[in-house]
This record gives sequence, structure tokens and C-alpha cells, in this order.
Amino acid sequence: MRNIWTIARREYKLYFNGPIAYAVAFLYFLIVGWFVYAELRDALEMATFQPYTPSVQLVTGSIMVFLLIFTIPAITMRLVAEESRTGTMELLLTAPVRDWELIIGKWLSGFLFMLTLLAVTLIYPFILNRISSPGIDQGPMISGYLGLMLMLSSLVAVGVGISALFNNQIAAFFVTLAVVLFLWFFRLPTSTTGVVKDIAANINFIDHYVTFYRGVIDIKDIAYYLSMTALGLFLGVVAVEVRRWR
Amino acid sequence: MIRVEALTKDYGARRAVDSLTFHAEPREILGFLGPNGAGKTTTMRILAGYMPPSSGKAQVAGFDVVEQSLEVRRRVGYLPETVPLYTDMTVFDYLKYMGDLRHLPNVEDRVDDVLEIVNLGDRANGYIANLSKGMRQRVGLAQALLHQPEVLILDEPTIGLDPAQIIEVRNLIREIGKERTVLLSTHILSEAQQICDRVLIINKGRIVAEDTPSRLQSRLAGSQKVSLRVAGESDGLDAVVAGVSGVLRAGFNSDGSLEFEAQPGQDVRPDVARAVIHGGYNLLELRPVGFSLEDIFMELTREEPALPQTTEDASEGEAAEEEVDQSDDEAK
Ligand SMILES: Nc1ncnc2c1ncn2[C@@H]1O[C@H](COP(=O)(O)OP(=O)(O)OP(=O)(O)O)[C@@H](O)[C@H]1O
Ligand SMILES: [Mg+2]
Repeated sequence: MRNIWTIARREYKLYFNGPIAYAVAFLYFLIVGWFVYAELRDALEMATFQPYTPSVQLVTGSIMVFLLIFTIPAITMRLVAEESRTGTMELLLTAPVRDWELIIGKWLSGFLFMLTLLAVTLIYPFILNRISSPGIDQGPMISGYLGLMLMLSSLVAVGVGISALFNNQIAAFFVTLAVVLFLWFFRLPTSTTGVVKDIAANINFIDHYVTFYRGVIDIKDIAYYLSMTALGLFLGVVAVEVRRWR
Repeated sequence: MIRVEALTKDYGARRAVDSLTFHAEPREILGFLGPNGAGKTTTMRILAGYMPPSSGKAQVAGFDVVEQSLEVRRRVGYLPETVPLYTDMTVFDYLKYMGDLRHLPNVEDRVDDVLEIVNLGDRANGYIANLSKGMRQRVGLAQALLHQPEVLILDEPTIGLDPAQIIEVRNLIREIGKERTVLLSTHILSEAQQICDRVLIINKGRIVAEDTPSRLQSRLAGSQKVSLRVAGESDGLDAVVAGVSGVLRAGFNSDGSLEFEAQPGQDVRPDVARAVIHGGYNLLELRPVGFSLEDIFMELTREEPALPQTTEDASEGEAAEEEVDQSDDEAK
């Protein structure tokens, strides 16, 4: 357990070693801000006819999901692949660290970093809350952010798992992006039936987010994201084991 | 402390380590000698818990390297051949990180101590990226010493160090070897002679000789190898030297000097010097050269032993030849 934290802390700090983390954070701040501003401006022009209450869904909607999805591969690609490329993997694999501690530590650092970016955007619900009375609806606010956190957890895990398969960050980046896009756009042909349908119909990770977005917390969706997280981490551990046995 | 039985490792179709059997006792410094690709690094990686063997058993500090890998890794200090380091960290942070992963109490004090031991105290806050190769080597060594392990596995510990540091590191290893078990690999025979209590020579994944350095040397001590240099014209010099009675072989080196081997137990240098001067050459230098690792290798793997050996050694040498022949066949 302690090792997980030791590893996560090092990786997390590393994100802030260069300018990239700050640049990405700034980008989030700007893009989400601009999007919220544009929506508000249009809405307020109409508002002369009917009273307007802004919703947190401005923030937790498609623009945020879009940003997160494209940031994830860039954030996770390095995590394990870089250790394999530079050979520092040999240090970690000969230190008294379990393979799953290593993978979970890596995942935790990426997850915490993404949460940090997410936290930056909290300023907009805060602003919306101030400019409207009686304030924004708290339901979608809480469920929306909870959903985003769960989504991040699963996508970062998938990214770490894929990063563990490669020595090359760029390869890890593109494969992660491809998998995320697949999970995003996957739709079954309507004719499918049976077990395949039951499983495959639930693969799309946006579908599971929509419930949170609307303000509903469903145990099914939580279970989905948690199992995706477990699956990604499992893939990572297996990749490390395979590397040893090769 | 280290117990290895029939250890074998295949990379795909290539056999890197071929049923290796050896052991190392507490407070022993065991040296691994062998040419490139002999399987030294592969064996050490298995012992350090980096990867499991394809077959065979290995115990380090009383624990099985496969079944109790974590216990082994807790007790082993390992310096990998490539000395992998996080170049984006400072020396201190890096060592502290490795110490944290080992749950060391008072890590920071311990890091200061090992930095003192490897003479890097003044670089503690510098980034590893800015260190020279030798300094990185020493950071790697510091990492291996951090937790005062029972067993140290050092893959070519002195490579890339300057002469002063080589001496210091060798002294350090000898010092450590008084209390702990050390397994180290090297290409330098004199290094093995200086620090190791026992030497294993491996070739193509198999042990071809195992002995104390002095006994290994005595196998060759009977004969002598001398390098000779003349100023100016050297045509025909090899014939002149070879003509001296007691000289076994003579031949030019690529740098223009002449090297010859003498019959065991006979110092032919005065005779050779006379013959060279008599032949009208300008003798500059006559210098005995030790037998290198390669020479010993040649001896151990030659078809017919050219040098007389004690009976005990001779049988051992033949056994070694057979093993090598077999592995040749397997390779084909
Ligand atoms: N990761 C790997 N994949 C495939 N083959 C490998 C791998 N590592 C080593 N080998 C092969 O195993 C054999 C033994 O290599 P090893 O690195 O153990 O030799 P070594 O004795 O350490 O050599 P050197 O003196 O050059 O360091 C070589 O033939 C090498 O090509
Ligand atoms: Mg090697």
C-alpha cells in the first residue's frame, strides 16, 4: 500500500516538472470558460422574454467529456512505457514492489492529475452559482462531477494498461486513443441479440455517463466504471508479468 | 547464500543460460567472468528477481527466486548492467525514492551515508541527467547499497570509472565482502584476481571453470607471455625470436609489437634480448604481459591443451571442453 503511494507521488510530481501540465490546465480553464461564456451570452440575449437559470450541465456536458477523452492518452502514455524504454523498469521489478502495486501507483498518479485538471473547472459552477438566484441545481452538479471522476478512473486505467504493453510512448498514445474512441462510438447493429447484445450494449462509456449528466446516480453505471478500471489495471499487471516471463 | 541448481534460461530459441549450477557462501565474493553474451547478465537478473528462469532452481538468502521473489528482492542489492536511473530526478531524490520503496527508516540519513560512501556528497542536489557516466555508475552502486543488503549482485560494477574510482570501488566491494555475499561480473581478469575469493568462468551459458583466482592463474603460471618492441626495422624479427630455444610461439600484434610465449618454467628473456640485438634490431622494450581473460578462455576451450597442467586441472579442463563442444552442437 505504501509503495503505491510512493510511486504515485513521484509520478504526480513529475507532471508538474515541465510546462505541459500548466499548459493543459490553462487550456481547460480557457476552453471550458469560453464555452460557458458563449452559452451564457446567447441565453441571456433570449432571457429578455423568459427568466433564465443557468445549469451546471454547461460545464459537465460534451465539451468537458471531449477534452478529457483527448487528454487521457497523452497523460497515460508515458506512465509505464517510459520505464520500459529507459530500463528503469529493471529497478522497479527488482525492488520489493508487487507488480500490482506498481500498476496501481501509476494509475493513481494519472488519476490524481486528471482530478486536478477537473478541479480547475470547478470555478465555473461556482461562478454560475453566484450569478443566478437561487443558484444552480446541486443534483446534476454532484452527480455530473461524480460521473466525470468515475469516467476518468476507468479511462486512466485503460491508458495505464495499454502503456504497459509498449516500450514506445507514441504507440501507447495512439492505441489508447483508438480504444477510447472505440468505447465512445461503439454501437451495436440493431439486429444483434442474445448474450453478445447484453454485454456489448453496455460497452459504450458515454451512455453510462449520460445518466450522471442528467442528475441520476445509478449503481449500474458506477459498477460499469469500476469494472472498466479493474479491467484496465488487470491488463497492466498481466503485461508486466508477461514482460518478466518473456 | 546463493544456491543455483541447473538454472536454464531460453530467450525464444536461444539458450542464454544452460543448466548452471553453483553456490556462494556468506562473506564470499564470487566473480563471474565470461565473454560477451556468455549469460552473466541473464543469470544475475534471475537472481535479482527480475525474471524467472525457464527451468532450474535458484535460492538467494534462503528464499526461492520464483516462489518468494519479494523476500529475495528485499535482501538483494542489485546494480544492473545498464545502470537505469531517473534522469529527471536529483541524485538525492532518486535515492530517497528507492529507499522509500524499501521502507527504510530514516531514509534521508541513509541516503547521505551512501552518497558519502560513493563520493558523491557534493552532487546530491544535482540532476542525474547532468552527471558523467562514472558518476551515474556510482549512483547505481549507492542504490544497491542503500538497504545494507545481505547479498549484493553487481553487474560490471567498475565499468566506466576512472582509475582512482576503480580502486575505491574495489576496496569498497572487498570491505562489503567481509560481511556479506557479493556476486559480481567483470571482463577484467586482474579485477577478479584482486577482489574475488572465487571465480566462475562461463561461456555460452555454461561454467567452463570454477576456482580461486590464484589456482586459475597457476594453471597458466608455468608459461610466460612477453611483449617485445623495437625501434625502426622489424622485418624478420618474429623468425629471430621464434628461433630462440624455449620460445613457443611468436607473432606480431596489430600495434607493431611482437608477442611471444615461453616454455613453462624458463625465463628466456635474456636469450631473446641477445638474439634481437645480435640480429641488428634496436631493442626498446621487453615486457612480460599477463594472461588475459581471453587467453584463459582460449586455454579452456582449446581442442588440445597446449600448456601442461596439473593432473587435477587437466581433467577439469577437458570436462570444460566437452561442455563447450556440446553447446556448439546445440547451437547448430
Ligand atoms: N532480452 C533478451 N532477449 C533475447 N535475447 C537476449 C536478451 N537478453 C540477452 N539475450 C541473449 O542472451 C545471451 C546472454 O546474454 P547476457 O546479456 O546474459 O550476456 P552477458 O554475459 O551479460 O554479456 P556481456 O558481457 O556482453 O554483458 C546473449 O546471446 C543475448 O543475445
Ligand atoms: Mg552483461
